[in-house]
Amino acid sequence: MTALTLTDICKSFGSAEVLKDINLTVEDGEFVVFVGPSGCGKSTLLRVIAGLEDATSGTVNIGGDVVNNTPPAKRGIAMVFQSYALYPHLSVRDNMALGLRQEKQPKAVIEERVSKAIQMLDLNAYVDRRPSDLSGGQRQRVAIGRAIVREPKLFLFDEPLSNLDAALRMNTRIEIAELHRTLSASMIYVTHDQTEAMTLADKIVVLRDGQVEQVGSPMDLYNNPCNRFVAGFLGSPAMNFLKKAPVDIPQGGTLGIRPEHLRLQKGGRIKGTVTHVERLGGDTNLLISTEQDEAITVRIFGQNATAVRDVVELDFDSHLAFQFDGDDQRIAV
Amino acid sequence: MNAVRQNRLNTFAAHGALVVYVLIALFPVFVIVINSFKDRRSIFREPLALPNSESFSLIGYETVLKQGDFFLYFQNSMIVTVGSLFFILIFGAMAAFALAEYRFKGNTLMGLYLALGIMIPIRIGTVAILEMMVQTGLVNTLWALILVYTAQGLPLAVFILSEFMRQVSDDLKNAGRIDGLSEYRIFFRLVLPLVRPAMATVAVFNMIPIWNDLWFPLILAPAEEVKTLTLGSQVFIGQFVTDWNAVLSALSLAILPVMALYVIFSRQLIRGITSGAVK
Repeated sequence: MTALTLTDICKSFGSAEVLKDINLTVEDGEFVVFVGPSGCGKSTLLRVIAGLEDATSGTVNIGGDVVNNTPPAKRGIAMVFQSYALYPHLSVRDNMALGLRQEKQPKAVIEERVSKAIQMLDLNAYVDRRPSDLSGGQRQRVAIGRAIVREPKLFLFDEPLSNLDAALRMNTRIEIAELHRTLSASMIYVTHDQTEAMTLADKIVVLRDGQVEQVGSPMDLYNNPCNRFVAGFLGSPAMNFLKKAPVDIPQGGTLGIRPEHLRLQKGGRIKGTVTHVERLGGDTNLLISTEQDEAITVRIFGQNATAVRDVVELDFDSHLAFQFDGDDQRIAV
Repeated sequence: MNAVRQNRLNTFAAHGALVVYVLIALFPVFVIVINSFKDRRSIFREPLALPNSESFSLIGYETVLKQGDFFLYFQNSMIVTVGSLFFILIFGAMAAFALAEYRFKGNTLMGLYLALGIMIPIRIGTVAILEMMVQTGLVNTLWALILVYTAQGLPLAVFILSEFMRQVSDDLKNAGRIDGLSEYRIFFRLVLPLVRPAMATVAVFNMIPIWNDLWFPLILAPAEEVKTLTLGSQVFIGQFVTDWNAVLSALSLAILPVMALYVIFSRQLIRGITSGAVK
């Protein structure tokens, strides 16, 4: 069964087209991540699915029902927001229970589901506190709990980790992944962070300017990006693009090489001067200006003695490089 | 505050200016209150002297409490002020929520139209208002005053409140929608508590002019049983003789309820003003 089917979704605000002909399916139990630069329409798409915005045209089908005219509360979804959006006047327990009370669920059911969620998210010590007495990470767990108790057909996450600090972000990321495994629920997750997309997703949807650029598993997109945008967006540090490449490329095209596929090698095909070195301990990033005056990044595993202003020679395996034509589309080699 | 930025001279000057302003603002009130406790002759001989054993007299208060239905006037003023504030806040907040929250055709235009009332004083329409009240039979009722003051207060209330409501997180309202709360519950339970400081600001800004107004009570509700306190105090001011003791005592008494209401709202008020300033 499919959890979500979007057919020809368009959305415009006045004359501004924000979403253009989006077609997409989310299978049952799948973790789908919408990723793209800010302003690409990914949050708007999520809000259309949630029913917080109406699509200008197209149909939204959740769990087999067309829900274009169904209010958000009746769509069988639950949403986790970037700003947590907890009710400030309610305790943790009541925050979680409110949605169920609105659905007029029996008291016993509410009690059972809320207790289960509290156990699962390790919130026992905080049930009677107000959101203002919780830390950011705890608030986000409560927000996730509020979504879990509704047992929705589809979970929606709107950049849930953006307000957390780096260490907490990684922990919560792992918690969300575990949550997905335990609940085996369908989830849609919006982020602009390619690391979150790569680590969490079963399927990544890359969006740009309101259009789907490519859909696929993380490794699919990493190994076979269909155009220069996708190639540059996924992977960190980002892929290097060379206009003046040491191999034959079509007129106006570019050669793309990932930083991790470049290596220092005497007599290599690329020569350049090191302009900056980032030493991370586990690996080292070299920023290099080539003889043709193009900037490239090289990622070397382990530690390296190369210093700024050193002249280096680099090489790469041709089968790991990508070629793009003048319109930035990928050319199969 | 940062110690480096704290300049002694500046702090001193600022406090000095504020103290001078407080003295100027409180001086008339002070004069009214001290003179209300003096006999008639001392009021005129030494208006600035404090009451002493010789000049002390409660004659003014006695007159006020004996003559006329002072408690009735008091009650009328209270009903009009509290009633008007209630309607201004409830309708103002609802209109502000609609303007801030919903996208509909003519939203901006509607906002501007409502803001027009801030620029055009309602007293210009007094004659028309009086005619309307006569035709609807509302003359000499407290409703006439409540309706007029509500109309007078709404534009500024909508303007201020909609600005604050735009700052309430969209995510919170959306979370409520996903949890199945009705728009009314989102408005009353989620949004209103968060704009409470702004509501207090609007309440205080409206309360004092309404309480003090003489114009509309004089024109729309001059009958004895609906007189407000400000209008009631005028009985002591005659064309030839004025009972100054009574006037001053009545005015002193009239300050008390406004002060009480102000104390209730003030903590929220200060938050409302400052949060608007720094954001």
